[in-house]
Amino acid sequence: MPNMSLKKNEMPTQSAELRQKNFEEVALGYTEAQALDEALRCLNCKNSPCVQGCPVGVHIPQFIAKVAEGDFEAAYQIISQDSSLPAVCGRVCPQESQCESKCVRGIKGESVGIGRLERFVADWHNEHTTAPAQKPEPNGHKVAVVGSGPSGLTCAGDLARKGYDVTVFEALHLAGGVLVYGIPEFRLPKRIVQKEVDGLKALGVKIETNMVIGKVLSIDELMEEYGFEAVFIGSGAGLPMFMHIPGENLRGVCSANEFLTRINLMKAYLPESDTPIQDLKGKNVAVVGGGNVAMDAARCARRLGGEVSIVYRRGMEELPARAEEVEHAQEEGIVFRTLTNPISISGDADGNATSMTCIRMELGEPDASGRRRPVEVAGSEHELPVDCVIMALGTTPNPLIKSTTEGLEVNRKGGIVVTEDGLTSRAGVYAGGDAVTGAATVILAMGAGKTAAKGIDKAIMGE
Amino acid sequence: MYRIVEKTSLTPTLTRLTVEAPFVARKAQPGQFIILRVDEMGERIPITIHDYDREKGTVTIIYQIVGATTLKLEQKQVGDCLQDFVGPLGKATETEGIKRVAVVGGGVGTAIAFPVAKRLHEEGAEVDLIVGFRNKDVVILEDEFRNACTNLYIGTDDGSYGRKALVTELLKECIDGGAEYDEVFCVGPLKMMKFVSEVTRPYGLKTIVSMSPIMVDGTGMCGGCRLTVGGETRFACVDGPDFDGHLVDFDEAIRRGGQYGEFERHAYEAGCNLLKKEVK
Repeated sequence: MPNMSLKKNEMPTQSAELRQKNFEEVALGYTEAQALDEALRCLNCKNSPCVQGCPVGVHIPQFIAKVAEGDFEAAYQIISQDSSLPAVCGRVCPQESQCESKCVRGIKGESVGIGRLERFVADWHNEHTTAPAQKPEPNGHKVAVVGSGPSGLTCAGDLARKGYDVTVFEALHLAGGVLVYGIPEFRLPKRIVQKEVDGLKALGVKIETNMVIGKVLSIDELMEEYGFEAVFIGSGAGLPMFMHIPGENLRGVCSANEFLTRINLMKAYLPESDTPIQDLKGKNVAVVGGGNVAMDAARCARRLGGEVSIVYRRGMEELPARAEEVEHAQEEGIVFRTLTNPISISGDADGNATSMTCIRMELGEPDASGRRRPVEVAGSEHELPVDCVIMALGTTPNPLIKSTTEGLEVNRKGGIVVTEDGLTSRAGVYAGGDAVTGAATVILAMGAGKTAAKGIDKAIMGE
Repeated sequence: MYRIVEKTSLTPTLTRLTVEAPFVARKAQPGQFIILRVDEMGERIPITIHDYDREKGTVTIIYQIVGATTLKLEQKQVGDCLQDFVGPLGKATETEGIKRVAVVGGGVGTAIAFPVAKRLHEEGAEVDLIVGFRNKDVVILEDEFRNACTNLYIGTDDGSYGRKALVTELLKECIDGGAEYDEVFCVGPLKMMKFVSEVTRPYGLKTIVSMSPIMVDGTGMCGGCRLTVGGETRFACVDGPDFDGHLVDFDEAIRRGGQYGEFERHAYEAGCNLLKKEVK
């Protein structure tokens, strides 16, 4: 008998009061009882609209049915047929605009908590399963994966499971890409990422850190000298975008990439870390932008003791961040200055940022993206005191690989051009994730890694 | 891990370190840099490559003990390993087609000027190497310099060795003395590079400076190393580290460089105190 409650089981979380002072995970995860109860809300629709909303096509009703039966391991096995990183996706996917947006239960009431169930299943598996991974029979083919973020890890995992000899080359000192340098601990604990990476290693995937492909080795060298039959480029997002407004290079102004890398990858918030970070205790912090990265930066700044506001040129409705992140940010005391856009930053005699001049915006006609275009309201300039400004405006693709790989076609924005199979303009070279699309989501990058893995397998082994 | 195979103290605050890093050695070119981390909680710091040996697979750097990280690095001995050592990063210095050049270095920057001078000299260019130091005690690498140039000019601030002159003065003398340079390459403290660029500006003499701003990843991701060059935002890690000295906004670079000064001072003092305790 389905559970006809109109509301999802609430996610237990650390209280807003407590969590804004620590970097521990905010959402604590369902208990078994909550998961069983939530699973019973699924109507197991025959046409499964939710699956169409999932970029990697997880068999959602089937896994939820197993949860309802209390067979959590079976549920995990169903998810892992399609998703290589369930513990990650259960935490960071924008479910409300994907699977859950298609859920029939969402027509009247709230959708089934698919993301929360996915997370529960993945965590249960990680806690209860000790059986070592079965190393697949090697098929004798070597593939290189450039970048160990979501697209690279997915591509590597899918190929390794098919018996390929896979080596992942990571530019930084730690594997995980944006999962370790970008997404904060309180949203995605690093032990979970490490677990996924360890899982790949158990499958026989080799991970080489400190290997900046395009500098240390070129794509051509990987193929010609090291004998990789195919290469997947998942090098991710590159240089941060700035607004090109006066004062943007004052001290105290940085990109979200820099701020988050110092905190997440370099652990600058821990006293034992040697990496410096601006002292934000009691300081005014403005984060410019409205995406997930902006929310992450704002919430980190809050945890460092800052009085934080989000400055976004469109309205609350248009915020591209996950709904849950916006809610959490609000609960943590972050002020949303929407319909506001910075026009300049001024500083003191030493070059420290002290104030940001902003202008109010109103929404006009829809632009190419379909969102209503923000227009400046004349005469509405006002000052916002700031000690720190964090620019979270997106990124442009990393230039290192395209500049050292001849014949690799890129589009106007610098994204690598690929076919449906993820194949680039170079034979045997595939690409996916932010390196192709520009800044997007973890799950889309995973989907691209999956597509490329299929493409590579098809090209090497034949149809 | 990256094993230290040689360590030489050049002055009380300057150390030369040779590290096993075959992938870096294989590709390294003059002007490029590496990023290292001393240990697990270590900071990522960029250091320009001083020399490399492709056959032995080693890379040599020269560092000045200025902060907590370099102090920590100084505790490492031959046989010890560094946690991370990644490179070569950045673009190599362009040397092609240069026939007559002045290479100007100041302080620890002379360590970086060296491979550039050496490469140009090997390629047959006539190289005037102009190096400046505070005083006689901190003059380094004189023999190496002599072998990497046509003419060597050494200046000290107090005249205790070589000429009592700043590198800007020595450079101006060379130019006014009739040296027809295709280019001036300059590396050293920001202030020095700023003034060298001012010396060459009236002559319309192309001046390349090697910038070393604050960096975190060094691979074109964090944007911490951004500089204003000719009114545009450029990133030292992927667009540089070499830029046209006449276009770099040095005053901004100097301000940004001091961003974590207080943190560095505290960390350095804490590190020193820790070492003192160990000695006791």
